Amino acid sequence: MPTIAMPEPDLGILARASQIIERLTAVVSAEAVISDPQETRAYECDALAAYRCLPLAVVLPRTTEEVSAAMKVCHEMGVPVIPRGAGTSLAGGALPTADSVVIGIMRMRDILEIDTANRFVRVQTGVTNLSVSAELEASGFFYAPDPSSQLACTIAGNIAMNSGGAHCLKHGVTTNNLMGIRMVMASGEIVDIGGPLLSGSGLDILGLLCGSEGQLAIVTEATLRILPRPEGARPMLIGFDSAETAGECVARIVRSGLLPVAIEYMDDVCLRAVDAFANAGYPKCAAVLIVEVEGSEDEILHQIMRIRQIAAELNPVEFRTSRNADESLKIWKGRKSAFGAMGRLGDYLCLDGTVPVSKLPYMLKRIGELSKDYGLEVANVFHAGDGNMHPLILFNANAPGELERAEAFGADILRLCVDVGGCLTGEHGVGIEKRDLMTKQYSADDLAIQMEIKSVFDPDWLLNSAKVFPLEASKPYRDKAVRG
Amino acid sequence: MSIDESAIKALPYPVSPADEAELAAFVGESHARATPMCIAGGGTRVQPGSVEAEHMVTTRNMSGIVTYEPGALTLIARAGTSLQEVEDVLAAEGQALAFEPMDHRAILGSKGAPTIGGMVSANVSGPRRIQAGACRDHLLGVRFIDGRGRTIKNGGRVMKNVTGLDLGKLLCGSYGTLGVLTEVALKTLPLAETEKSLGFPGVTPREAVEIFVAALATSFEVSGAAFHAGTAWLRVEGFEAQVDYRVGRLKELFSGREIDVVAHAASRNLWRDLRDVRHFAPSEDAIWRILIKPTDAPDVMAALRQLGGEASLDWGGGLIWFSGPASSAAVRKAVGAGRAMLVRPGSLSAADLFPPENSAVARISAALRKTFDPAGIFNPGLMGN
Ligand SMILES: Cc1cc2nc3c(=O)[nH]c(=O)nc-3n(C[C@H](O)[C@H](O)[C@H](O)COP(=O)(O)OP(=O)(O)OC[C@H]3O[C@@H](n4cnc5c(N)ncnc54)[C@H](O)[C@@H]3O)c2cc1C
Repeated sequence: MPTIAMPEPDLGILARASQIIERLTAVVSAEAVISDPQETRAYECDALAAYRCLPLAVVLPRTTEEVSAAMKVCHEMGVPVIPRGAGTSLAGGALPTADSVVIGIMRMRDILEIDTANRFVRVQTGVTNLSVSAELEASGFFYAPDPSSQLACTIAGNIAMNSGGAHCLKHGVTTNNLMGIRMVMASGEIVDIGGPLLSGSGLDILGLLCGSEGQLAIVTEATLRILPRPEGARPMLIGFDSAETAGECVARIVRSGLLPVAIEYMDDVCLRAVDAFANAGYPKCAAVLIVEVEGSEDEILHQIMRIRQIAAELNPVEFRTSRNADESLKIWKGRKSAFGAMGRLGDYLCLDGTVPVSKLPYMLKRIGELSKDYGLEVANVFHAGDGNMHPLILFNANAPGELERAEAFGADILRLCVDVGGCLTGEHGVGIEKRDLMTKQYSADDLAIQMEIKSVFDPDWLLNSAKVFPLEASKPYRDKAVRG
Repeated sequence: MSIDESAIKALPYPVSPADEAELAAFVGESHARATPMCIAGGGTRVQPGSVEAEHMVTTRNMSGIVTYEPGALTLIARAGTSLQEVEDVLAAEGQALAFEPMDHRAILGSKGAPTIGGMVSANVSGPRRIQAGACRDHLLGVRFIDGRGRTIKNGGRVMKNVTGLDLGKLLCGSYGTLGVLTEVALKTLPLAETEKSLGFPGVTPREAVEIFVAALATSFEVSGAAFHAGTAWLRVEGFEAQVDYRVGRLKELFSGREIDVVAHAASRNLWRDLRDVRHFAPSEDAIWRILIKPTDAPDVMAALRQLGGEASLDWGGGLIWFSGPASSAAVRKAVGAGRAMLVRPGSLSAADLFPPENSAVARISAALRKTFDPAGIFNPGLMGN
């Protein structure tokens, strides 16, 4: 039995299901409302698939006005709302409850404005991450944050989770590349924050919204900062015979003053899975770093030379530079398909704690020890340059008790991250998954002020309300909220 | 530590708590009695009289670097630490705050030492904003005392952190209206080995923005794009060979134009002066900081000059500095969709520093301030009600 609890559904709302669906159908086009369990099944979970629940209904609007109309109905009728993008959240952020309406923005896929002179694009947030950069290809620009799920995940989900990616070491995560949003408040009101200007002048509400996990509003449009493409880029592979040495190499590269665009880490368990899947030709050793540098040919060669010097002091078993575009593509294909490849080995739990880069060697050692204690295998594949770890705990969902054991193991790793000065989640968000561990990182007051802020935006606690905050801590807020 | 003593003494009852606990107790008491306070770091920007307060609270006794880990690119410092101390410690390890915080003393004529807490409260950034981001983009975590006297932490000390709501972003740029910062964690970055600047003399604002647009569309990581007194400036940074290469390529791109190259120390001084807007320091007029879409900047500059006064550009045209005698209403009208903030009031009313927000944003902002500070005791009136 999965161990994360969700609140009991409100029976009063369930009893009014047909009225709710009727009212929703009246304000958005009929084809935008789904309530047949055959069809709502597709929305019962996200990528944290161990947790599932059919929602009362799903609404798939095409405009901000339709989102607003649907939100107003839910607000008036006191119905909980689950904002949803593509459903690739690994934290259960898009998991419905039986008494909730899912409002999904995935049909809102228009590119509204491309302004390369002022270096921004404006999009509806249902566009996928990759399609934004694809749209910009001809103009020589790109959108920097590149989560591995970029083929599927939406800009809405990226904003809600403040998503990162392999290339964020240099260009920052979503919040550093977001200039403005249009959002629908819990009341249905439409509000614009920020825009093409480089900074706001009042309180940074945009910064608050980014990473707020659908707790504060439904984001329907976004203005994104775009960057010119680099002249060239080249990855190199550095293999080590121990995880700790690879961790040490990361710390030394960061310390050296070089700023590669990406430093990614994969261990042997992951390498085997990926090689079988993507045929990426990775070396066979305990750990591999993918380091990518950018610039002109000379700039690239200069940086490779310096990284080679740093690595050489640590006796790598292999140092290989990509020789052509094809090899580069293969190297990245392997990394970006790592989660998918791991999925073929069986079930896994993907963690996301972040630690100071200098603590990576220690963390890798401790995770290895814990793996033996729990009797569960772990694969490590992660954004090493910024200390954002992704231990994947392998388990068999059909074996009784294994999921619980995996979750306990995961919780131990996350506590360890906090203990060494890090945090529970670097880019995947809290969702339901890390909700009850929040007290490890934050005091009662730290959490109270965050929940008071949620109440400013969503006084009735309708938006994604059983997430992010420990259920016990949020109970007074959820109980107080009047349900119609 | 050198603090602008006269500015602080001008207000009754200066209070300088020794530590976080003492500050929390003081704020808790002020909350209970609803007695407002004016919060100062180094006192370089607080103008006595701009805030109606019974106390001046300073963080001067809460200073010092808590940890600096160059290998993890992170620094944690108490709010009252002087920016100079931080910059010196970083420079000794070949690192810096990449957002290049400006020093307001030149244009404000103030004497105190800017503090790291003040810098974060005002989200102070400089020319490198266009390439490296603003102060808020480098803020990893905060500790602060809210308006009820609660001690709150948010974020942490790691590069990536999405654990809960990001309150650091809210505190950054809130000018002390949400809480008193006690500690900040910042991302540090390696200093570039060297830099060079390209000057384009005798250009109009429109040509300057054309140059910026073209240069910022290249992959040469232009880290400064400013215009003043008829000259447009571009800066490139990196290791020696890289900088030479980039300068060469940019010269090719603008081969029809006259270009002067300024290197190393001269380039650094140039950008320090542009950063601090020293060119407007001598005048007595008000100084405005105006955020604008770069391609709108030339027209807005022309409209501003109609009002009398002078304007310069930074951030590739995204920021206009304007110094002139015009009224606040006239300036805000001239900037249209841009946003004008009064940095040095001159003879204008200091009650009018921030541009008005749209009504929904104003309502949300007011509700947020009430959440952080229910009794309205922090810098009342500074950012509206
Ligand atoms: C194989 C794989 C690899 C991944 N790699 C990465 C990675 O490298 N980096 C990374 O950061 N993440 C990664 N993720 C996690 C996930 O892809 C991101 O969190 C992504 O941003 C979620 O986008 P989505 O459109 O799928 O959102 P969803 O999963 O649908 O929703 C995510 C959250 O956003 C909220 N939300 C959705 N739409 C809105 C809206 N319009 N307004 C307000 N809130 C909304 C939801 O309620 C939910 O809480 C990966 C996931 C998978 C499955």
